[in-house]
Amino acid sequence: MEFNYTIERGNFSGAGVASSNIKKVLKQLNVDNALIKRVVIALYEAEINVVAHAWEGQIHVRIKPHAIEMVIADKGPGIPDIDRAMQEGYSTASPEVRAMGFGAGMGLPNIRKNCDELNIESKINVGTTVTMIIHL
Amino acid sequence: MNVAELAEKLRLEVCCGASGLDREIKGGYASDLLSDVMGNAEEGQVWITLQTHKNIMAIASLKELAAIVLVKGYQPEEEAREESEAEGLPILMTGKQAFEITGEIYELLKNTTSAPPL
Repeated sequence: MEFNYTIERGNFSGAGVASSNIKKVLKQLNVDNALIKRVVIALYEAEINVVAHAWEGQIHVRIKPHAIEMVIADKGPGIPDIDRAMQEGYSTASPEVRAMGFGAGMGLPNIRKNCDELNIESKINVGTTVTMIIHL
Repeated sequence: MNVAELAEKLRLEVCCGASGLDREIKGGYASDLLSDVMGNAEEGQVWITLQTHKNIMAIASLKELAAIVLVKGYQPEEEAREESEAEGLPILMTGKQAFEITGEIYELLKNTTSAPPL
């Protein structure tokens, strides 16, 4: 099964649509609840990252027999230093985004904690592609 | 204890999502950082916060929290209100600040739930 979603910069109201839909699908498929929780955390954080930092993004979720593969590809400023971005507490979010309670530097660490495989590729002023895999 | 009982005992105003007042409370989580709640709150907890925008509902719903308690008289934004009604996930309000209401909720849950409240 495959699912596609589009996300755009600044549309905080639309954040959570993909994670909410995928959650419903996984529940219908009787996937283990603990696993669904991990998928939801990782995907929601990835959605927020695009809304907060990129210009626009595409989410592609593939539910395979042994894994859930989520690819979030955005057009955006890119991440200059991925190692630093992975550090808890480090954030480049705007004051507006921080005022909403986002931008605490916990998004990528949350993603890492909940994925079995994580790959981030980024090009400055082109965009970032985050691939998250959770084994079933 | 369910959300209705909590609201009654601590005189919290039910702002919206009243159809979910029978949701069972298993504990609580107090934080204004959304990723902190996303990463660490547990299903069935009440979430104490001063954030009022729509994303609190997205998080509460994704995490299957029991209810949201807004502190210091803060009101939910319209979109959050609509989402709360649609989901049947209550938003409660108190005039008290987070430290006080968290303490009261902790005291109450400590004596009524079998699981550790926080």
